[in-house]
Amino acid sequence: MIESVLLHLETLLLYIFGIGALTSAVLMLVLRQPMRVALALISAMVFLGGIYGLLGVHFIAAFQVLIYVGAVMVFMVYVIMLLDVRDPSCSQRFSRLVVPGILAFLLFLGVLGYGVWRDLPPLSGASPGAAFGLQQFAASFLQEYWLHFELTSVLLVVAVVAAIAVIQVSRRDHG
Amino acid sequence: MGETQLLLSLAVALFALGLLGVIVRRHVLIMLMCMELMLNGVNLSLVTFAHEQGSTVGAVLVFLIFVVAAAEIGIAIPIVLLLVRRKHTVDLYAYTDLKG
Repeated sequence: MIESVLLHLETLLLYIFGIGALTSAVLMLVLRQPMRVALALISAMVFLGGIYGLLGVHFIAAFQVLIYVGAVMVFMVYVIMLLDVRDPSCSQRFSRLVVPGILAFLLFLGVLGYGVWRDLPPLSGASPGAAFGLQQFAASFLQEYWLHFELTSVLLVVAVVAAIAVIQVSRRDHG
Repeated sequence: MGETQLLLSLAVALFALGLLGVIVRRHVLIMLMCMELMLNGVNLSLVTFAHEQGSTVGAVLVFLIFVVAAAEIGIAIPIVLLLVRRKHTVDLYAYTDLKG
């Protein structure tokens, strides 16, 4: 019994993490308080990081936790704290588009799921490609894709300039 | 069900749930968080394909998406703060005069 569990431990953990991520995503839709939604999103991201770790790409798992949970979500939680979360004007949870939204969701899920299911190449029984290590990734990152890497720095500079411009607009309007 | 199909189904489900959240919720910050969920779904599909093919292209693209997500949140949050300062609410329906 224990041996068979240990034998399939990886698959079992994959299912557990997948169900956890899915549950957190559903919770994001139904919870009312923004802080709880943020916590659900953080747990979904941590579950996804676990899945990445199980797949053998440990550095992506680490960056998922560092960048998404450590930077993006901390920023988001900080803004939730800054704005008054108990804003009474936003008492309603859902917009007027609930019914068409759910219909579109089901249609979208059906079409995309069917596409994934049908167009996926048949599992040839070949083992998945050899997991690549950090060394291989770094070499290919800085040798083949250095231009894209530099372009992202341009993107970040543009984002910083735009954020400063937004703040300037805000200052000018409020004296 | 194979591992690849399981992970791709999860990625599709996360993307669709994020899209539903963007359409359905009316709190601006929650809509932003649902957009992050959509990006996470895309990331999961990229990592799955990279794992299956054994190539580094998918992992490189995941890193670029990390940067794009950081830039997106860095520009979206000031806009939200500006809107909230002007309208004194986070309710989406207060912003309908932005339709033009």
